[in-house]
Amino acid sequence: MKKELTRQQYLDLYYYMRLNRAVEDMMVKLFRQNKIVGGLYSSLGQEAISVGTAYALEKKDWLAPMIRNIGALLVKGVRPRDIFMQHMAKYDSPTKGKDGTSHFGDLDVLHIVSPISMLGDLIPVMTGVAMAGRYLGQKTVAMTWIGDGGSSTGVFHEGLNFAAVQKAPFVLILENNLWAYSTPVRKQVPLENLADRAKAYGIESYIVDGNDVVAVYSTAKEAVERARAGEGPILIEAKSFRRLGHAQHDAAEYVPKEMRAYWEARDPIALYEKFLSSEKLLDAQGKKEVEQKIDTLLAAEREFAENSPMPPAELAETGVYCTGDGCHKIRAKWERPIAEVTPPRSSVKAVWTVPGFGSGKGSGGANAPIHFGDTKPAEDVAGNGTRSAKGGKPAGKTPAKVAPKKIVKAAPAGASRKARR
Amino acid sequence: MAKANGAGTNGSASDGMQVTFLEAIKQAMFEEMERDPAVILIGEDVGVYGGAFKTSEGLLERFGWERVIDTPISESAIIGAACGMSYCGLRPICEMQFIDFIVCAFNQITNFVAKGHYLWNAPAPMVIRGPSGGGVHGGPFHSANPEMYFVHTPGLKVIYPSTPYDAKGLLKAAVRDNNPVLFFEHKFLYRRIKGEVPAGDYTVPIGKAVVRREGKHLTILSYAAMMHTSLEAAEALAKEGIEAEVIDLRTLLPLDEETILTSVKKTNKCLVVHEDTKTGGIAGEIAAILCEKAFGDLDGPLMRVTSLDTPVPYAPTLEEHFLPNAKKVFAAAKELARY
Repeated sequence: MKKELTRQQYLDLYYYMRLNRAVEDMMVKLFRQNKIVGGLYSSLGQEAISVGTAYALEKKDWLAPMIRNIGALLVKGVRPRDIFMQHMAKYDSPTKGKDGTSHFGDLDVLHIVSPISMLGDLIPVMTGVAMAGRYLGQKTVAMTWIGDGGSSTGVFHEGLNFAAVQKAPFVLILENNLWAYSTPVRKQVPLENLADRAKAYGIESYIVDGNDVVAVYSTAKEAVERARAGEGPILIEAKSFRRLGHAQHDAAEYVPKEMRAYWEARDPIALYEKFLSSEKLLDAQGKKEVEQKIDTLLAAEREFAENSPMPPAELAETGVYCTGDGCHKIRAKWERPIAEVTPPRSSVKAVWTVPGFGSGKGSGGANAPIHFGDTKPAEDVAGNGTRSAKGGKPAGKTPAKVAPKKIVKAAPAGASRKARR
Repeated sequence: MAKANGAGTNGSASDGMQVTFLEAIKQAMFEEMERDPAVILIGEDVGVYGGAFKTSEGLLERFGWERVIDTPISESAIIGAACGMSYCGLRPICEMQFIDFIVCAFNQITNFVAKGHYLWNAPAPMVIRGPSGGGVHGGPFHSANPEMYFVHTPGLKVIYPSTPYDAKGLLKAAVRDNNPVLFFEHKFLYRRIKGEVPAGDYTVPIGKAVVRREGKHLTILSYAAMMHTSLEAAEALAKEGIEAEVIDLRTLLPLDEETILTSVKKTNKCLVVHEDTKTGGIAGEIAAILCEKAFGDLDGPLMRVTSLDTPVPYAPTLEEHFLPNAKKVFAAAKELARY
């Protein structure tokens, strides 16, 4: 770990990692007391990722957590009581008991989008959030997380590819904790580094030790600022290890002992304490103060949560639809002149332009223009005739040299149908 | 049905003109984008090309690259990104190039978009629209009527209009609605029908059916292309002394139970006609509603004329057999009238 942050930043990172762990420790107790309604997931050993990445965001930026990103929520300003109450299905929870775990958000103040259980779906959604922020001139960045397992979904590809094409100010943290439930990463992805995938999307990526909170923060900070500056989406692979099972019910006996031992010796909080102590940023007294602060806070937060009632049964019937302005006043917050996106200034010539096209440059190599109409005419049109007869393809295809841009399929009556896929 | 030309130029000012179904949709998008810079269009080939059916022709030219967004072939990304935009106060219109492809984004729509308001108080004001329906020999993957997948999803609204007036007014209402609205455009109607559209701004309320033809002997409930088929059948029935009341449902979710019940309590007989396949179609739901709320008023069984329970076949002979038509509606209505 290199020293490059302010003293307060170092201590903030420590505080949030400790808070992250303490909140989850307390939820394990609540779980064992049967006070948590559904499953309980753990980010034990991965706190540096949630905390370090979210700490790189500004207040106006957006994030969407995954199940193991309680730390990110805390950094963004969510109160521990909300996290407790979510898990306990209480009426005062952010979703009033309609959903559990980290499945909640806040569009107005904290700028948090709720996840759903289907992995990968947040990637296009946060791409849209990033595009909207850019469109409205807000200069915001959107961030979300995905696991090594979630990176196998189709929507991971659709979302990241679209973000890349759009150069959206979006940062994706690929949290590689080596296990997707019981399936090891090698059975998910045949790559040593999952960040290698970024190259295929034409975007920048970083690989970072997910148990080194300063490294995680510094990397995320750089990525967030690059995304904000318009460099496009950035993928960060944070390598770590899921120390507990998929959820409380899972003893994770499928994890080799040696692997667990290796990572347990690299606990991110213990590593960070060693660093803080060697840099004289934290002594025994300071550590005790943090612990006391957290204990006091969580005792009060837990009490509040336990005292909150269960939601009344009839609540189940409400809220399927927004009923209009009285329910939600939806207004875009413009931070650029609207005249830029309304006619006449928004008007453009609706044609594709290709840099380099028609300039006579060679068409080979990395700098070749994308080919539109500048390919050579088909050399042997007659040769196609044989294939037509055999392959059953329609004969009489318009030769490219006659009318390269006018190969138009006849539309069926009443509707123009476009060949696809 | 009047054979009409293709869509004209863009431009909102139609001075009470006769326009095609397609032109009405284009006008709605054009006017909403003109009215509110939070409205954007996102989809495959909607920009430079103007959409596979040219419904968005001219929009890019007027509103620019930031507001008319050509996407990769990624339906989940289109819906997901639009959802994210809607969370930030925008009102995106998503085009599915053919509505058949909407199922590629099924998870995104049914789990993300539809549930947000109920679960975490997050409205998603967005429209998902696209060409649907058969009769143009589009084959099994370009002819679908997938509306019922979504009518079964609380949190969505589902519109399926039949006239240019309704298409324009309902699409504008959909854009202004704070909920995700699915807007099905029957492609058979795009250039085949014309209708009067007023010059000024107007909307048609979502969730309201309309009586297209008054009658006393039986009620025919229908929507989209089959509405026209039902009217055709009603004309033929009238020649035999059977006066059918034809109701255009227009919105399938929420369903206008009041209009349905009022009519059926008057005629005491109900025939549902839809192009969707039979099992799980809206007719089944309507039958249940009538059993619950108008059982004593029924003088005959609820009957239905629908497509066959098969994929949409390609060959004209097969598709014609698959689809309902005026003859089939006429026969069913005549049988029902005998009760």
